[in-house]
Amino acid sequence: MNPKKTATDFLAIDCAAETERIALSIRAYLQKNRRRGLVLGLSGGIDSTVTAALAVRAVGAERVFGIHMPERQSEDATLVLSRSVADWLKIPNELEEITPLLEAAGFFRRYTAAARQVIPEFDNSWKSKVVIHATGGTQTFSYFSLVGQSPDGRTVTARLSLQAYLEIVAATNFKQRTRKMLEYYHADRLNFAVAGTPNRLEYDQGFFVKNGDGSADVKPIAHLYKTQVYQLAEYLGVPKEIRQRPPTTDTYSLPQGQDEFYFALPYHQMDVCLFGKNHGLAPEVVAAAAKLDRATVERVWADIDRKRETTRYLHLKPVLVEDIVEISTLA
Amino acid sequence: MSDSKSDIRNFIVETFLFGQAKDLTDETSFLEQGIIDSTGVLELVAHLEKTYGIKVKDEELIPDNLDSINAIAGFLAKKQA
Repeated sequence: MNPKKTATDFLAIDCAAETERIALSIRAYLQKNRRRGLVLGLSGGIDSTVTAALAVRAVGAERVFGIHMPERQSEDATLVLSRSVADWLKIPNELEEITPLLEAAGFFRRYTAAARQVIPEFDNSWKSKVVIHATGGTQTFSYFSLVGQSPDGRTVTARLSLQAYLEIVAATNFKQRTRKMLEYYHADRLNFAVAGTPNRLEYDQGFFVKNGDGSADVKPIAHLYKTQVYQLAEYLGVPKEIRQRPPTTDTYSLPQGQDEFYFALPYHQMDVCLFGKNHGLAPEVVAAAAKLDRATVERVWADIDRKRETTRYLHLKPVLVEDIVEISTLA
Repeated sequence: MSDSKSDIRNFIVETFLFGQAKDLTDETSFLEQGIIDSTGVLELVAHLEKTYGIKVKDEELIPDNLDSINAIAGFLAKKQA
């Protein structure tokens, strides 16, 4: 293999063929399971936008229903962009503001109580995010910090104890699970199926909430590296402001990059590392394509393995003591 | 085995191995064997801070200090000296 191959060489796809393949897969699922269309949450991000566009290619705009589900900690751009996606695709859509549901579930109260374990003066007027730190060389431990910003702009960073970390994540997971609840409500009333929107890196590395955004009937772009999702976005004519928006978790009240919270590097470098690992490429080839040094590639590969192992739980179906063959053979 | 090594071993076995200690030696790397992940290390740190009255600093949260029973025992000895 030519060691001078670039990231573009490795990750290029035939967009027309891929679009058709995904459309066929969607139509096959809907026909087999007697559902009439697809419901999905629209965040104004690249993944949900491309998924929506692919769904429209598969079944037509009238059979795709988009839901905007902001809450009071969402970035302002989110609803503006998600509405622009629905307008561009001409799909039926509805706004479901989820703050009341989160209040009722105690999200804000629980989050604040957890944050106060490490930042005692934290309250509802503060903004915050969780960031990850990796320590050591090739083998690392990670720990998490809460970054809080007071109304007067003061920033406080505190390492999260295990209990505080678990409680913050558990509380925050209400957001994804509330959205999924609403997606299935609309899917049930329309006799549609629910489309999930993870890309390959997120799916592979367990970057989703169990029974939150991890739950869906079809996941049309889960096999695509994010770089490839962007290729499809250009091919499908996704508006420029969506293609140029930096990936965000849009989960915490302070802007939080996915690379701050979950992934070691920006997505285009993670994609090359993941691709190289999946295809057994030599580390120096991957390093050249990703513009990293070899040691970093090896550290990322070790981290990929570790995340696969530690998040395997998120992918598991319910375990039965004994297989119920009448159901498991229904495929 | 010293008291702290014995306590550390018991904690690791009870917390992460559900009582199955058979392959765990004082030198076993928790990371290499997949015994401890990110939340696991926080659990370990919480146990050490509570049991030994120490504070583990951010920069001390490294494999050299925490990745085996021997490493932890050595780290504790330094902190308590």
